[in-house]
Amino acid sequence: MKPAVEKILDVRDLSIGLKSFRPVQNLSFSVRRGETLALVGESGSGKSLTALALMRLLPEVARIAGGSATFMDRDLASLSEAEMRKVRGSDIGMIFQEPMTSLNPVLTVGRQISEVLRIHEGLDRRLAMARSVELLDLVRIPEPQRRVHEYPHQLSGGMRQRVMIAMAVACSPKLLIADEPTTALDVTIQAQVLELIDNLCRDLSMAVILITHDLGVVGQWADRVVVMYAGRKVEEADPETLFSRPLHPYTRGLLGASPRMAAGISYRDQALVEIPGSIASATMATGCRFAPRCDLAEPSCLAADPDLLEPAAGHRVACPIVVRRGA
Amino acid sequence: MIDEARPDASPAIAPTPPAGAQAADPAADPRSGRQSAWRIFLRNPAGVAGLLILLIMAGLALAAPYVYAEGPLAMGAMPFIWPGEGLAYPLGTDALGRDVAAGVAWGARVTMLVGLSATFFGVSAGVIIGAVAGYFGGRADMMLSKLIEFFQTPPSFVLLMVVVAIAQPSVSSIILAIALVTWPTVARLVRAEFRSLREKDFVLAARSLGFGHARIIFGEILPNALPAIIVTASLLVAQSILMESALSFMSLGDPNLVTWGSMIGSGREHLFTAWFLSAVPGVAIVLTVLSLNLIGDGLNDALNPRSE
Amino acid sequence: MQGRLPDIARLIVRSAFHAVPTILVILVANFFLLRLAPGDAADVIAAESGFATDEMMEGLRSRFGLDLPILEQLQNYLGHILRFDLGYSARFNTPVIDLILQRVPGTLILMLSAMAISLMIGIAVGTFQATFAGRWPDRVIAVVTQLFYSLPGFWIGLMLIVFFAVRLRWLPTGGSGPIGVELSGLSGLLIRLKYMVLPATSLALFYVAVYARLTRASVIEAKAQDYVRTARAKGLSQFKVMTGHVLRNALLPVTTLAGIHLGGLLGGAVVIETVYAWPGLGRLAYEAVMARDFSVLLGVLLLSSIVVIAVNLLVDVIQAFIDPRIELK
Repeated sequence: MKPAVEKILDVRDLSIGLKSFRPVQNLSFSVRRGETLALVGESGSGKSLTALALMRLLPEVARIAGGSATFMDRDLASLSEAEMRKVRGSDIGMIFQEPMTSLNPVLTVGRQISEVLRIHEGLDRRLAMARSVELLDLVRIPEPQRRVHEYPHQLSGGMRQRVMIAMAVACSPKLLIADEPTTALDVTIQAQVLELIDNLCRDLSMAVILITHDLGVVGQWADRVVVMYAGRKVEEADPETLFSRPLHPYTRGLLGASPRMAAGISYRDQALVEIPGSIASATMATGCRFAPRCDLAEPSCLAADPDLLEPAAGHRVACPIVVRRGA
Repeated sequence: MIDEARPDASPAIAPTPPAGAQAADPAADPRSGRQSAWRIFLRNPAGVAGLLILLIMAGLALAAPYVYAEGPLAMGAMPFIWPGEGLAYPLGTDALGRDVAAGVAWGARVTMLVGLSATFFGVSAGVIIGAVAGYFGGRADMMLSKLIEFFQTPPSFVLLMVVVAIAQPSVSSIILAIALVTWPTVARLVRAEFRSLREKDFVLAARSLGFGHARIIFGEILPNALPAIIVTASLLVAQSILMESALSFMSLGDPNLVTWGSMIGSGREHLFTAWFLSAVPGVAIVLTVLSLNLIGDGLNDALNPRSE
Repeated sequence: MQGRLPDIARLIVRSAFHAVPTILVILVANFFLLRLAPGDAADVIAAESGFATDEMMEGLRSRFGLDLPILEQLQNYLGHILRFDLGYSARFNTPVIDLILQRVPGTLILMLSAMAISLMIGIAVGTFQATFAGRWPDRVIAVVTQLFYSLPGFWIGLMLIVFFAVRLRWLPTGGSGPIGVELSGLSGLLIRLKYMVLPATSLALFYVAVYARLTRASVIEAKAQDYVRTARAKGLSQFKVMTGHVLRNALLPVTTLAGIHLGGLLGGAVVIETVYAWPGLGRLAYEAVMARDFSVLLGVLLLSSIVVIAVNLLVDVIQAFIDPRIELK
């Protein structure tokens, strides 16, 4: 990991607004070329909304309320819909959580992969089909010649997710956003799929934003980790630092609540909500949103938003108390 | 297998979602549910408008014997007075000098009677047959499903014509014939509801308490299937009225009664010169059917928490 | 897709077998309805001829086999049906089957054009509504479709005649073509089309409402599916997402319903044909009712039931072709 490489994506103070509140507020992070960045948090932390905001695919009720996301010198937040269409699928690929429902049930796999190639690379039907077979081979689907004519319901969950990946990387994007790519899969398949993503990202020199709630996944596959809580970044570090010296009380809670951490890293899927209280308590307008569940909370925590501090190079945390205590 | 995937066949019924999700909690007080449903209904302007139109039509039907005591066939005026020409005959008079307004009012009685009674019989038969098929399953279900399929095969209006023509047109034969062609719609719906509801916990609980079949069907399952049945019934009244009008228009109505359909049919002879004779009773049909459809939609929204 | 052809052939054979009992039951029901009808064929002929002695009536009855035990009569009836013999219409002085077959094309043309009109407009309108779901264009159209849904076909037929044929004189008031004029070529086709516009429109309005409502609901549901988000994430335009992904799925239930409604359309055509004096099955059924000729009426019932069964089979096959998820085994 080289520190001074170019940033491929730079998100600054991104906020996402619903009618009455902001599920993501002033979120900043960046992704470097070829790097895998993990966005970690429990459900409701705003990580999936962030991914959709980057693709400008937020549901109608939500909108980008502020900030910027600079991707290859262009601000994704202010591109026109037509320009954005050229980015989607071509410069940024995306994989979703549910391979069961994310593929169109009435179109063949080949047709769905071809579609990307035809709109972005202008291939004709035959060439696109041939390329689809190669892509199925690339994501290691056996008998790609036959599978390309099959329908999603004829494939297993793991294979469908591979098809999703083939679609997402078809145009060799610079950035791949993987939103909980393995959550819906069998434990045995999860590692294979993650390894595939990891290999592809190296072969195609793609950067990856890996969205997950599984710390095991983070430890094994990420170069850097951003921990989110209730729409804000609470901590950022590389995985070794994060696991050996977690600073934010929430991160510590997560790690403490994860028994497998003691026994080394594994990718068993486990919910992370064993910290007392729930994320639903994070409703205040200002102040640290974790304060209602935090052992260390002081009155000042609720007075103002905590600043993001950098107690060590590359290790940022949004908790003045732990930094002050020198923990 | 393919048959199973088919949505409800009747054009009359707005696609009613299977009520698997609703009313799963038997502990909830049904009365408070009804009350809130009523409140939701009253917040729906289209539904309330429908209710108002229907009340006006019902008022007209009830008032007919008092306001037009001489009946719809009384001749006493100049023929072909156009609507609005004279205050005494606001809707005009027909070729024989009969008051169109009297016909509309008296016709409302027949229309309402046929619509409500045909629906009553059709829904009753449909509920009983659908409940038995859905609740017991197995051989009973197989045979009753065949019966339903058989009745749904011929185009319902052709079947209706045949039955009425053979039985001789009268109010009672028309009512029964309409019930005969509409019950399968209800039976299919009720069967589907019962099939999904019979596996629910509260039914299993009732069964483990040793309740009899009748008690479980009518006491436990039916109340939960009721919202869907009520919505269907309101739409069926509208369909029955349309069927009755079409029958009377084709001279297959009760020959002794004036109905909206028969008024349109006889007005047709003067279509080129006095088209209002057909137009006016038609507007009455449209308003009544529209009101029932609006009410049906409103009820669907109010009783079915899953619809938008 | 190619691999499904044998399966589809099997589906057709199996469904045809499945339909046999239904057709049999309808035949038997038909027979008993005929028996229930007031007066038999001998009565009709006697009435036609103006007078008849008891002896003549006996002779007629034994000629038609009406004096045989009922089961034997049923057997004869079924035997005749197998030979496509639906009986003889004394009133029209023609075999019933000939009468019916003469009228089938007229009804089919009317039904299919009404179906085509209602599907095209209904799907377009429903898709438009779904795009603006909950906003004012959707609400305004919803009121209009609700109105269409409540119109009696025969009445709107009359009103269209008043407006377009009597007032504006744009279109003919009824019939299927000018009397005594040979129609050929393009101009002939255009004249025929002119005669079809009003009947087909009157029949279609109700179904425009049905399909618009169904399409609206179906499109709204399909739009919320995950695969639509995937399609957008690929960089497809809204239009391509709508046509290539949303409608592909949303129209499946519409196809099913369209097939099912052909039966209803047939019933609707009966009434519309009498309004426009359109020479089809419906008008024949009406004439049969007026003449109390029940053998013709029941022949229409039988034939229209068979049409419905055939259409349902066709819909199953079409569905198997367009929806790969349908299990054929």
